[in-house]
Amino acid sequence: MTALLQIQDLKTQFSTSSGTVKAVDGVTYDVEEGETVAVVGESGCGKSVTALSIMRLVAEPAGKIVGGQILFQGRNLIDVDIEEMRRIRGKDIAMVFQEPMTSLNPVLTIGIQLMETLQQHLDVDETAAKARAVELLGLVGISDAERRLAQYPHNLSGGMRQRVMIAMALSCEPKLIIADEPTTALDVTIQAQILELMKDLTRRLGVALIIITHNLGVVARYANRVNVMYAGKIIERGNAREIYHNPKHPYTLGLLRSVPRLDQPRGERLVPITGHPPDLTRLDGGCAFRPRCAFATERCGKEKPPLEDLGDGHLSACWEKEHVSLNARKAS
Amino acid sequence: MSVTEADTNTPQQALGDVLLQVKGLKKHFPITDGILVKRAVGHVKAVDGISFEVRKGETLGLVGESGCGKSTTGRCILQLDQLTEGEIIYDGVDLSTISRAELNRMRERIQVIFQDPFSSLNPRMKIGDIIAEPMHVHGIEPDAAKRRERVSELLTVCGLSPRFADRYPHEMSGGQRQRVGIARALSMRPEFIICDEAVSALDVSIQAQVINLLEDLREQFNLTYLFIAHDLSVVRHLCHRVAVMYLGKIVELAESDELFDNPMHPYTQALLSAVPVPDPELEASRAHQVMEGEVPSPINPPSGCVFHTRCPKAVDSCKTAMPVLKELRPGHWVACTEV
Repeated sequence: MTALLQIQDLKTQFSTSSGTVKAVDGVTYDVEEGETVAVVGESGCGKSVTALSIMRLVAEPAGKIVGGQILFQGRNLIDVDIEEMRRIRGKDIAMVFQEPMTSLNPVLTIGIQLMETLQQHLDVDETAAKARAVELLGLVGISDAERRLAQYPHNLSGGMRQRVMIAMALSCEPKLIIADEPTTALDVTIQAQILELMKDLTRRLGVALIIITHNLGVVARYANRVNVMYAGKIIERGNAREIYHNPKHPYTLGLLRSVPRLDQPRGERLVPITGHPPDLTRLDGGCAFRPRCAFATERCGKEKPPLEDLGDGHLSACWEKEHVSLNARKAS
Repeated sequence: MSVTEADTNTPQQALGDVLLQVKGLKKHFPITDGILVKRAVGHVKAVDGISFEVRKGETLGLVGESGCGKSTTGRCILQLDQLTEGEIIYDGVDLSTISRAELNRMRERIQVIFQDPFSSLNPRMKIGDIIAEPMHVHGIEPDAAKRRERVSELLTVCGLSPRFADRYPHEMSGGQRQRVGIARALSMRPEFIICDEAVSALDVSIQAQVINLLEDLREQFNLTYLFIAHDLSVVRHLCHRVAVMYLGKIVELAESDELFDNPMHPYTQALLSAVPVPDPELEASRAHQVMEGEVPSPINPPSGCVFHTRCPKAVDSCKTAMPVLKELRPGHWVACTEV
C-alpha cells in the first residue's frame, strides 16, 4: 500500500533582503491513511512552511517551492494547476490554523463561512448545506447549532472558534487534515477538549492528521509517529515511544531535558540547550545544530549528517548518534 | 471599606517574614454605556476578594486560565490598576493609601517582568538606554559613565554580552529580549519581582535557559518572586508555594509538592489532568478527566461556588454559597465543601 501523502526532498525558500532563507531544506516524510503524524520543532524550524507548501499556500513571490515532490494519492501537488489545487484544498486536504481569532472572517457569520466550503466543493443547495453545517457543529460539540450559524466569530470564545475551524476542516470529509499548532492559543483545559475531539473524530472518520506543534506533551498524547525538525530539516523520526525513551539526536535529547515535567521529581535543574537557533540565511556545509551540540566533533563542521535508519523506522541525522543514545540512557 | 469574613481568612504560615500581604483584594472593571454620559451598566469582576501572603525569599506561583484574574492581581499589587477594595501591604505599608512620591520610592523595591518580550521594550531605544532608564528616572545613578558600567554588569549577569547595549530590540531574539527585560527589572536592585508570564512566549530550549537564569538570580540577589503563569509544569518547577485561581477567586493554595501530589480542589485536579506529559506510555495509561464547558463570564459569575457549573462533584449547596478557603491539611488551603 502506498502512503496517502509522500513528501520527497521538499525544498522551500524565501528571498529576503539579507539573503535566501532555506526554510524547508530537503524534507522527506510520509503519512499513511488514518494515521496521526506529528511534526515537532521550535519557531523558525520550517514546520509550518512545510505545511503551507503541501497546501501550496507559500506566499509568492518571496517564497517558492524550489525542489522536491509532494505526492498526494500518487499525484504531485507541485505540478497541479491553481484551479485544481483550489478543488483539493478544503475538499481532500483541510487545514486548521493556530489562531482561531484571525483565521475566521470577522464580518461573515459562522454559517456563511461553513456553508461556503460545502457549496464550493460539493454540489449542494443552500438548504442541504445548512443542514450539513448544523450537523457538523453538533459533531464538534457545539450545542444550539442553529443559533450559532447566525453568529459572528466575535460572539464565540477561542475554544468555540477552534471547534468551528475543525468543523470547517471536516466539512467535505477530507482524507487529510493538517493542524498547525491547533491548541497553542488555548488554555489547557480547552486544549484537552480540542485534542480529545480531534483524536476522536480522526479515528472515527478515518482521517489522517498531521499535527504540527512545539509541545512535546501534546505529541506524546496523540501521535503515532513523530518527526523532529531543526533548521529546515528533519533530524529525527520514529514512533513516539522510541523518540521519547531512546532519542538518538542531541537536539531531541535537549528538547526533552529542557522542559519541566509533572511526572518527574521537583527541584532538579533544567538542562537547557545552549545558544540559539541558527540564522537560516547563513548555514554552512556542516550540521546546523553543531554550535549548540555537546556531542559535536570535527566531522560535524564539514559534512552534513544524512537522515539514517537505525532500524524499526527510527531515523536520526547525526554523526554521533550512537553516543547520544548511550548518554541518554546514562542520564535516565 | 468593608472586608467580609471570607476575605480576612488569610492563609498564613509561621515560616519566614511576610513581605507582601494581599487582603481581600477586589478589582471590578466597570462596563460603560452611553455616548455623552457614561454610566456603568455592569462590572467585570476580574479579581473578587482574594487574600494571600508572600514571604521573603519564596516564590509564590499564581496559576489559572485566561481571565481568572492572575495578571490583574499582579497589576493591582504594582498599583498599575486601582483597587476596588482591599489592601496591598508591602513590608508593613499599605500601597493603596500612600502618596505618589512614596509609591515611587516603593517601586524601586518592586519590579516586574512582562510576558511579551516584543512589546515590552521600546523599539526606538537602544538596549543600554532601556536598561538604564529606571535608574535615570529614580535618580539612582546620576553619573552617566557609572550608569553605563552598571548596564554592562547587568547584561553580563543576565547572560548577554555587554556589546548588546548599543543594539536595538529588533536585532535580538525573543529569548535575548526577555533577558533585557530581566536586566531592566534588576537595575533597581529590587527585592521583589512580579514575573507575569515571563517565560510563556519563549521556545522550549530558550525557556529553560530563562528559567535557570531566574533561579540563579533568586539565589544571587535574595529575590522574592510572584510568578504568574498558566503553565503548570513551569510553576511546579520554580515555585515554593502555589495559589490556583478561578474566576477571580483563589480556590486552592498549598506548598508546591503538596499541591501537585495531592490536589484537593476539583478544579486543580482537572487542570493537572489536562496537562500533557512528554511520555507516550504514561500518557496512554493516564486517566484523562476532560473538563466540560468553558470558563463562565466574569461579568455574571455563577452564584455560589464559581466553579459549580463545571464541577463533577457539585451538590445543591454549591449553587448558593461560595466556600471559604479552609486549611484542610497543614498549609494546604482549599475552597471547596466537597473534598
